[in-house]
Amino acid sequence: MTAPAQVERPAADESTHDARPWVTIVWNDPVNLMSYVTYVLQDLFGYSRAKATELMLAVHHEGRAVVSNGSREQMEHDVARCHARGLWATLQQD
Amino acid sequence: MRFKRTRKGIEATVDPFEAEVLAQCATELLDLLGVELDEGDADPLAALVGLPSGDVEAPQDPALQRLLPHAYGDDDPEASREFRRYTDADLRAGKRASAGTVLATLPLEGGKLLLDPEQAGAWLACLNDLRLVLGTRLEVTEQTDAEDYAPEDPRRHALQVYGWLGWLQETLVESLMWRRKTDRRGAV
Repeated sequence: MTAPAQVERPAADESTHDARPWVTIVWNDPVNLMSYVTYVLQDLFGYSRAKATELMLAVHHEGRAVVSNGSREQMEHDVARCHARGLWATLQQD
Repeated sequence: MRFKRTRKGIEATVDPFEAEVLAQCATELLDLLGVELDEGDADPLAALVGLPSGDVEAPQDPALQRLLPHAYGDDDPEASREFRRYTDADLRAGKRASAGTVLATLPLEGGKLLLDPEQAGAWLACLNDLRLVLGTRLEVTEQTDAEDYAPEDPRRHALQVYGWLGWLQETLVESLMWRRKTDRRGAV
């Protein structure tokens, strides 16, 4: 099983272009079942049950969680896959 | 009706009343997803080659908004608009296909339902979409309880359907989780 690679954040003064990674955020909503969110996170991102449960609980208790990171194009793809499954997801630069 | 994993696939026994409720919900979902698409003056050539022909307006209906949400935060409406332009048709088509699978596999007179993994995935996504629509319309919170409404209040019945759909979805998730566990046994 795999998980998205952690992207190192460069120091702010290292480069003039904006190299901050993009992230996909899943937001809490009152409808989606906790078990369903866990299942979808496993299915879409290949997370273990334990990791998917941890992320689901972060969404539930903190209102949001970063579920993947990478290029803007990759995150647009991830957000589209989340929307297809009914998760409320957005992307933004970290 | 509840889903369970058997040697043949994902199974459930549906009674006629349950089939009627599910068919009605799925049909309404298809209507909801279809309406705005047909209103657009789509360029036939662009549609033929799969290109978006112009801007796609964000839905005004809160339930449809929840099915087809913005991809970017409120601070970047332009990026959300551009994203929607390229993804809206596929997102709607996927949701319509899932609802279509539910209607095609549902025994309308009641009876046995047997799903392969792909059909089970479509059922799972569609049950979730149905709950998102109903939950948004009913403005549910995590504390909402059908019992808090008077017996003559129509919202009470709608919330009971909503609760039943959630319970049904839960049995499907459990059936699929069980498959995942056995599929992966020894593989990690």
